[in-house]
Amino acid sequence: MAAKTRVMKRPERKSSYVRATLQGMALTFRHLVSTVTTGEAATIKTMQYPEEKWALSPRWRGTHIMEQHEDGRPKCVACGLCPTICPANCIRLVPGEDDMGNRYPIVYEIDEFRCIFCGMCQEVCPVEAIHVGNHYENGEYSRDNFVYDLDRLMKQTHPSTLLWDPSDPAGE
Amino acid sequence: MFENEPIYQVGQLSTTAFVVSSLLKILILFTLVMVIVALLTLLERKVSAWMQDRLGPNRVGPGGIAQPLADGIKNILKEETNPGQAHNVFFTLAPMMSLIPALVTFAVIPFAAPLPTRWGVIPMIVADLPVGILFLLAFSSLGVYGIVLAGWASSNKYALLGGLRAGAQMISYEIALGLSLMSLFFVVGNVGLPEIVYKQQQMNLWFALQLSASFFFFWIASFAETNRLPFDLPEAESELVTGYHTEYSSMKFSMFFIAEYAHVLTVSMLMATLFLGGWDIPGWGGDDMLALDNGAVVGAEPAWWKTFLTLGAFVAKTFFFIMVFMLVRWTVPRFRYDQVMDLGWKLMLPAALVVLVVTSGTILALDAAGVPYLVGMIPVYGLVLTAVNAVMLGAILWMLDKGRVMSGGASIEEKRAHARVVAKFHKEEFPATAGSVTSTPPAGAESYGS
Repeated sequence: MAAKTRVMKRPERKSSYVRATLQGMALTFRHLVSTVTTGEAATIKTMQYPEEKWALSPRWRGTHIMEQHEDGRPKCVACGLCPTICPANCIRLVPGEDDMGNRYPIVYEIDEFRCIFCGMCQEVCPVEAIHVGNHYENGEYSRDNFVYDLDRLMKQTHPSTLLWDPSDPAGE
Repeated sequence: MFENEPIYQVGQLSTTAFVVSSLLKILILFTLVMVIVALLTLLERKVSAWMQDRLGPNRVGPGGIAQPLADGIKNILKEETNPGQAHNVFFTLAPMMSLIPALVTFAVIPFAAPLPTRWGVIPMIVADLPVGILFLLAFSSLGVYGIVLAGWASSNKYALLGGLRAGAQMISYEIALGLSLMSLFFVVGNVGLPEIVYKQQQMNLWFALQLSASFFFFWIASFAETNRLPFDLPEAESELVTGYHTEYSSMKFSMFFIAEYAHVLTVSMLMATLFLGGWDIPGWGGDDMLALDNGAVVGAEPAWWKTFLTLGAFVAKTFFFIMVFMLVRWTVPRFRYDQVMDLGWKLMLPAALVVLVVTSGTILALDAAGVPYLVGMIPVYGLVLTAVNAVMLGAILWMLDKGRVMSGGASIEEKRAHARVVAKFHKEEFPATAGSVTSTPPAGAESYGS
């Protein structure tokens, strides 16, 4: 029951309340003065976010992009692999076929709100049509706006994600 | 009282001029105080940011100057939520009771030298009450009613604890605050704030030096009175969520916030007036003046430019105290509850009493010996008091240091050791009942005490 306490014998200058308080106040005051006099850039490490941003890794997976042909058609062939593999079940695809026998998506929607950005849709795509991209600022004012349709996916301008290559694991 | 002083007959204000000038002073001072309080919230955030090598608010306006405005608009437009179990009347009353005393107290603080005008002399104080500082003490301690009421009416155990702490803290430190002012009253012989300022000018030495021990106690107590950081137990966010204003939202919360900063401003102005000579410009006799009731001015000749210069001096002194408030807040961590009580009752109260007795004894001896305030330019009277107080202040700091009176974690250990001794003694004295008195029966025991 008896608590073992050992009282350390410290020299007075190390265990003085008044001096410790004054030392602490001197420290904060030095920081205050140095920040005000030498300018904010010298001491402050805060990044001014909307103006400055971290450089993203080329393998960062964010908002999707749909690649398109030169004539503006989507590269997607509506094979149905991406909605099948999608673990979050956020891709809706209604396939169609024109008179030449070419398959194309009538409806292609991705719910970015449900998406977990695993990048498996990009990995599985046989024609390299759907990509995840280097982009993360996708705020919206309503939930409905998070469902990106085909037009919106094709209009995305940010760079697409570089997939991890097993033969080159370090990305060289 | 003023037989040796030159008197300038400037003339008394007519009733109309008095009313108009008073209304103008109220309007200007109230607006200024509200603006300064708003800017203080910004300054606090900026200063804390600079101390921690951060930037602070810098998005609204140049350098974040419009941040208080944005905060105000946000707080007014925000939804107000009231707890279902709260007592509605008191819940609404509490923020008002907290804010109004904080705003009323500005009325009795003189902020510049009297201004001579065509219509007579205008004292630069809203209400020159004969009871000056007593009014101020009464109203500043009224502010705690708002806090206690807020805690009580919220129907929240943390808020209640915060309110109780505020009450206990206020009672503990009000005594030391009053006692430290007593020695000041003995020197001045008056409780009016303009008289206190004039006395310091006459003695050519500020009370911060003459009564340094009292100044030290007043300073500590003022931290406790404003609930600022080393003494912010009523809101202690890490223990009590945010204490008494846990349940408050939108503008009601904002009113507590404004009240806190208004208190900081009042106390800073008060300390500047009482101990740093108020609007006195140091080392210059040209501003030593006091406006009398009959419209005359004692001392130096009043002038409008002197009013503005002294206003600047007053603002500088107030700003100094505000900065110290902020420096301490962002440096010193919060006291434990028992430390606050120990400091208040075991150190401040007895030490303030001793300081009071010694200081008043010195004053009595100096008056009996007929020591003049000034010999040439040397403030003999003040220097004797300075020496006596410096010795006492040194002794107080020595006691505070290393916990010779008030100790940190060790005090709890001492209390435990004492409890063990008592328990052991009890066991030896009453062996038959010892088991049932000192320990509860183990779980699953048949019946208590069998």
